This record gives sequence, C-alpha cells and structure tokens, in this order.
Amino acid sequence: MDQSPLAIYQSHLDKGELAYQWSPAAGRAVFYPRLVCPYSDSTALEWRVASGLGTVYATTVTHPAQGDPYNVALIDCDEGFRLMSRVEDIDPMAVAIGLRVRFRVHKPGGEEPAYPVFAPAEGMR
Amino acid sequence: MSGLKRGGAAIVGAAESDLGHVADGLNPIDLMAQGITRALDDCGLALKDIDGLLCATTQSRTSGLNLSEYLGISPAFIDTTILGGSSFMFHVAHALAAIQLGMCEVAVIAYGSTQRSVGRRQASVREVNPYETPYRPFLPSTAYALAASRHMHEFGTTREQMAAVAVAARQWALLNPAAWEKKPLTIPEVLGARIVSYPFTVRDICLVTDGGGAIVLTAPERARSLKKPPVYVLGCGSAITHANISSMPDLTVTGALQSGREAYAMARLNASDIDVVELYDAFTINPILFLEDLGFCPKGEGGGFVSGGHIAPGGGLPVNTNGGGLSYCHPGMYGLFLLIEAVRQLRGDAGARQVADAETAIAHGNGGVLSSQSTVILGTQATV
Repeated sequence: MDQSPLAIYQSHLDKGELAYQWSPAAGRAVFYPRLVCPYSDSTALEWRVASGLGTVYATTVTHPAQGDPYNVALIDCDEGFRLMSRVEDIDPMAVAIGLRVRFRVHKPGGEEPAYPVFAPAEGMR
Repeated sequence: MSGLKRGGAAIVGAAESDLGHVADGLNPIDLMAQGITRALDDCGLALKDIDGLLCATTQSRTSGLNLSEYLGISPAFIDTTILGGSSFMFHVAHALAAIQLGMCEVAVIAYGSTQRSVGRRQASVREVNPYETPYRPFLPSTAYALAASRHMHEFGTTREQMAAVAVAARQWALLNPAAWEKKPLTIPEVLGARIVSYPFTVRDICLVTDGGGAIVLTAPERARSLKKPPVYVLGCGSAITHANISSMPDLTVTGALQSGREAYAMARLNASDIDVVELYDAFTINPILFLEDLGFCPKGEGGGFVSGGHIAPGGGLPVNTNGGGLSYCHPGMYGLFLLIEAVRQLRGDAGARQVADAETAIAHGNGGVLSSQSTVILGTQATV
C-alpha cells in the first residue's frame, strides 16, 4: 500500500477538496476514510469529492479554562456522511441544528495539517 | 441466544475501597486490592479462594498482571476487558460464563483509580483522532453535550429537566454517608454554575474523585453457604454502537435499547418489574436516555419523567440511590459502583436510602461516549 486513507484525504484537503469514500457494495458513503467498508465486507472503496454542502446535525459550545468559547458540531454532508467540525463566521451559540452550511479548508499553519470547517451557506442564514 | 443461564451465578461480596481523595501514594492496584479484601470479608471468603480475576483501569496497561502479582495469586480465569465505564457489567457476563463453564469457581471483579490525586490528564491519556482532535472537543463532555443538543431539538428536553437529574442525585447523596457531596443543590444552582460544554454546566457533569472497589461472584450453591444473602445475576446484555461520537448512528438512541432488551429477555422481566434502578450518570442527559432506552418511559419523554422529583427519594422510581456519579463518587470508570449499590439495595443494607421491599435491580453501565452499553439485572433469592 502506497498511501494511507488519511494521506489521500489530506492530499484532497491540500487542494481545497473535502473527500470521502463511496462503497459500491453497500451503496453508501463511508466516513472517516478507512481500508474496509463497515457496511459490507468490501475493501473496494472509491474516493469521491463532496459538494461541500451540509446541515448541522448536533452542536455544542465548549468553554475552555482560558480563551473564548468555540463551537463543535456534527455536520451531515449532502452526500450522506457525517463528520465532526465547527461552524465559523457566526456566534457559536447561534449555530443551530438544521442550519445549512458550506465547507472550506482551514489551514492552522506550522506543522498542523489542514482540516475542514464550515460556515453558513450563502443566502440561507 | 447468549447461552448464559439466568441465576447461574450470584454476587456474594461487594465493597468500595477508600473513596474521594485517597491517601498520597496510593495507586489503582492498591485500591483494587483494598476493595477485594473488603469484599472477601463481606462474604467470608479468602484470597486463596479466588480463581477468577477480572479487572480494568486506565492507569495500568496490564492490570491483570499487576493485581495478580500484588495479591500473590495465579487465577485460572482472567479477563481485563476494557470498554470504558461499562467494563464491569461486561465482566459480570464474562464471570457468569466462566463459572457456568467451570473455568473458575470464585470470580472477583475489581476497579481502582486515583484520577483525582494524579489529575485526569495523567490518569487517562488522550488518544489523537485526526478527524476529531483538530476541533478541540473537550472529551467526554463535548460528545454528551452534542447528544443533549439533539435530544433538546427533537423532543423539547430542557436544561431544567436535565438539572432535575443532578438535583435528584444530590438528594440521594445526602442519604449516603460515603458520598462526596454533602450540601443540598437546587435547579437554579445547576443552571447558574459555570458552563463547561453548553448545555452542560459543571453541575451537569460527574465528579472527579479517586476510588475503587470489588465484587465477588460464585455459583448459586456455594453462594447460599456464605455470610450474606446472595444477589443473583438474572440477566445480562450488551451493545457497542461506535467508538467516537461522530460515528454514533443516532445521538438520541443508545445501545441500551439492545443491551436492555437482551438482559430483560434473559431475566424474563420487564422494566415494570424492576424495583431499583442504577444508571451510569456521567452527565445529566444519560439517565434520561437510559430511562427511555431501557423502557421506563417512551422515547423522548425522559425529560418529563425525571422532573418533579420522580426519580428523587420519595418519588415514583428510585434511580441512582447512592447519589450517582454526579454526587457520590466518580473515579473515571464508574460502572462497578452501580453494581455495588444494587447489591446493597437487594440485601436491605442501604441504610437511610434503602428502597423498601427491593427484590429486583437493574445496573446499567455506559462506556466511552455512549459507545458501549451493558446491562445487568440482579435479584434476591425470591426471584430465582
């Protein structure tokens, strides 16, 4: 094996893409990326790039001992997979279940890898 | 289906180790050993009688080795299954199987933690998950807060209703001399406390204490020859639905639905037959979810069910009679303490918090972030 699922996922993020896997055997999306489909016995997982649109499934605001409160949310992407992320650009308490959101890449800088975050989808606030 | 026999083993000894903030230098194996000697004393057995050892702690990778060496025993059956706070309910099922199969005669289940003394970070090393860690979830509370947000959204559950769980736990704790918390608590005090992970304040979240304990199990015939009335294992069930909260299929339905169903089927009992209810209350949303999934109220009605003192002393259903992880003690993986309290209630040994005429009890363990669920139903001699 040349590239781990994580490395492939990261290389898509570096190009500004949110990638996920598709299991033809199960007929559904798989996330997080892995070597085996958890819905079938297939190891034949295909890579696809998501539209980047999703809906907030669950949300919370974490209050750290130091620093500002921040959002942590679970996002249901339109392609049928869910991931943990955060919704930016609005007050963390204003992030509501059902809110339509759009993906963008966050680059923390330094050695830290890029990761997906979300913001309210335009015109749908 | 499981092959386990209803009443095939009984809990004959049960004890806590020191709790709260234990003496400097004590380690988790010390607390396991202290709990074991007290539990053996409780039933009149000795260390040499132990041929089955089950234990788990986050502070020792090979706790089965360390505890065996410490006690000077070489158990024929050993199991160090670790699935979070529910591990000890899994251990009960495994001990029952081992006793039934003749792999051991006397099984001890032990736990110990010094997470308060050494700090949570030291006691339980965080694992990095590249798909969650970048968002700085404060685990486990962020995960349970996400589940709470979903319950509030779908069913209209309120922060006041969740606070009622903490208040009921505190009322029970005030009847338990071993409880960490000693002062009354009100719903406004819960809501007004420091927010940790919205919708949870620090009062919606379990304590961080040290502690440990042990229970002793053996076959029914031997159980009846010992010091205290046996408490029979009537039913066991378990379910694993995920490991990380982002992979939980539905945040409002836990694996307790399945673990409860299996345990009730084996016990040939229903929720309405249960006298005492001990539920893993790491967060105030937990008992609400488990009361629903274990059939004490319909899905979505847990918030109303716990309100108005219904699960408090004098209410309709006695839940978490020791004061729970919210107010009694919570040394990291709390499941064993639910079993200890259920045993005391069924023996009639629970003092001021004793539930009258208790013949059946359910002890439901939760592990990870609602990830592993394991249910044990216990009963007195009259139930077998």
